[in-house]
Amino acid sequence: MTVEPAPGVPLAFDPDSLAIAMIGVHKWYGAFHVLRNINLDVRRGERIVICGPSGSGKSTLIRCINRLEEHQQGSIVVDGVELTADLKRIDTVRRDVGMVFQQFNLFPHLTILENCTLAPIWVKKMPKREAEELAMRLLTRVKIPEQAGKYPGQLSGGQQQRVAIARALCMNPKIMLFDEPTSALDPEMVKEVLDTMTGLAQDGMTMIVVTHEMGFAREIADRVVFMDNGEIVEINAPKEFFENPQHERTKLFLSQILH
Amino acid sequence: MTQTVEQSRPSFFNDPRIRGYAYQALLVAALVALVWTAAYNAYVNMEARGIPMGFGFWDQTAGFDISQKLIPYSSLSTYGQAFWVGLLNTALVGALGVLLATPLGFAIGVARLSPNWILARIAQVYVEIMRNTPLLLQLLFWYNAVLKALPGPRQSITLTSLVFLNNRGLYVPKPVFGPGSQWLALALALGIVGAFAYRLWARRRQALTGAQAPVGIIAAAFCLGLPAIAYFAAGRPVEFDLAQLVGFNLRGGVQVSPELAALAFGLITYTAGFIAEIVRSGVLAVSSGQSEAASALGLRSGLTMKLVVIPQAMRLITPPLTSQYLSLVKNSSLAVFIGYPDLVQVFAGTVLNQTQAAVQVMAITMGVYLVISLAVALALNVTNARHALKER
Ligand SMILES: Nc1ncnc2c1ncn2[C@@H]1O[C@H](COP(=O)(O)OP(=O)(O)OP(=O)(O)O)[C@@H](O)[C@H]1O
Ligand SMILES: [Mg+2]
Repeated sequence: MTVEPAPGVPLAFDPDSLAIAMIGVHKWYGAFHVLRNINLDVRRGERIVICGPSGSGKSTLIRCINRLEEHQQGSIVVDGVELTADLKRIDTVRRDVGMVFQQFNLFPHLTILENCTLAPIWVKKMPKREAEELAMRLLTRVKIPEQAGKYPGQLSGGQQQRVAIARALCMNPKIMLFDEPTSALDPEMVKEVLDTMTGLAQDGMTMIVVTHEMGFAREIADRVVFMDNGEIVEINAPKEFFENPQHERTKLFLSQILH
Repeated sequence: MTQTVEQSRPSFFNDPRIRGYAYQALLVAALVALVWTAAYNAYVNMEARGIPMGFGFWDQTAGFDISQKLIPYSSLSTYGQAFWVGLLNTALVGALGVLLATPLGFAIGVARLSPNWILARIAQVYVEIMRNTPLLLQLLFWYNAVLKALPGPRQSITLTSLVFLNNRGLYVPKPVFGPGSQWLALALALGIVGAFAYRLWARRRQALTGAQAPVGIIAAAFCLGLPAIAYFAAGRPVEFDLAQLVGFNLRGGVQVSPELAALAFGLITYTAGFIAEIVRSGVLAVSSGQSEAASALGLRSGLTMKLVVIPQAMRLITPPLTSQYLSLVKNSSLAVFIGYPDLVQVFAGTVLNQTQAAVQVMAITMGVYLVISLAVALALNVTNARHALKER
């Protein structure tokens, strides 16, 4: 069976090739319908960029994937595990899924090294030495091993976000979620973070990235997802998406964001 | 930065540094003049009215008794000894207050954050009542409307004949240490050492192998288990003297006076309301992004609390918590209104009346509170400096 996802059409479930399957997902905040019939399959190693206007539900969608938010209808299967209220399943999924936030969310009371070793030590029960060696390897990968002894408040925004990426990678995730990772950064720091993410993509990581960095989307994404008003309006390859958008709403959004 | 740049000096009268010194010197001179005038006037007036000037009264016989004393004292003792009795009584109620208001306040603060709606509302109502009615009113309520309205000794309210409550106070069992009790103390000391040693060992083992251990439970087992074993091994050396009804009164046990009970209870419940609010806002102030990041890394909520939220919340909680402790000690001087013999009632009350040495007595009393407050503030500043988050 060839996996050729068409927009909006869920695939027959195939745990070997699919990293994430969202089928008919709905979510409400009280009476507010924030996610409407979301269908999205993500293959292993695939890079997805999600964009859309503010309030369209992008953050909510990716936060459902590691159950920071719960959905009320439909099903979400991550690496073969369907998300329910079962804590064991949530633990399993969270071990496989790393997340990077807009506001970095580093732990300010811990050093950079301790930020990175916290979860390996307490969740994976890794010996301290081993966790520190792992953390140093990943800090080297994001090019800031020399900051290991400092505290987050002593680093620049770009450095903090790279630490946040290293911290997530320390859990050896199969999937990485990024929620507007460069939106809180000064312009001169955006590149260092995007470069780190590009490196990750080239190593074959499955990635879902909410971003308005259209250059990054063009270069890295396998598919671009456009959301509006809680719905997935359009899914397409980047070239098609930017040059030949199918929907009026997409055109409007692109005209606003590209000029 | 370290290079000094040659600048044209401003003229003497326009130099901001010289102006600064001049203003400060003027201020100090004015203050000295004010204090000296006030002191001189007081001295002249006191001398004219024959009020004692020095601290000679300190060693004179007091001639009055005190209802609660933690050190030997009688009406033949001196005013100086009365001071110490009062100070210790203040310390007792202060220590009891801090020790019990803290866990109560934390429990209520956490309850206010509970997802259990009823629990959270009850905690909220508690906090609002405690914080929005005058403390003096609360103390008078506990003393006059509750404790004094209790039945007499023969109709005592009792908890399985171990604890009795009546209008003469609260009676709790009194431990009597027989021969062999020293083994108990030794076992307790060993238990505490053992608990710390175990914690150290468990940390070392986790660092080396990653294995985690239930440190809290095992430490508690050490601290409670060893003394329990020693208690039976040494042939039950400690007995408890229970209060018993003899005639019209209760005999035996430890009697806590209604004054102490009302004051301590009032201060504890009142301060706990404030502590609850401090705890709640401290926990809320740790941004939700922190616990989300921890969850996303796979930490369960218990570990998230222990490793991420509480360490950050404690930094925010400690300073206002300490100032609540100070308020509690200062508020304990309201003891005078329900007749508990604290420092203010005994020393700034009775001793002052009898000796007329108002200035000295007041100065000493205020000095005591000042020393306590400054010592706590100093300790707080030191710990704050040590725990401050490192920023650029
Ligand atoms: N906890 C919440 N309770 C109620 N409404 C919420 C909550 N969180 C988000 N919303 C609403 O849901 C909608 C979608 O929010 P979401 O954060 O997913 O949007 P977004 O696409 O990520 O927007 P942005 O680009 O501004 O980050 C918004 O209208 C928001 O106001
Ligand atoms: Mg968002």
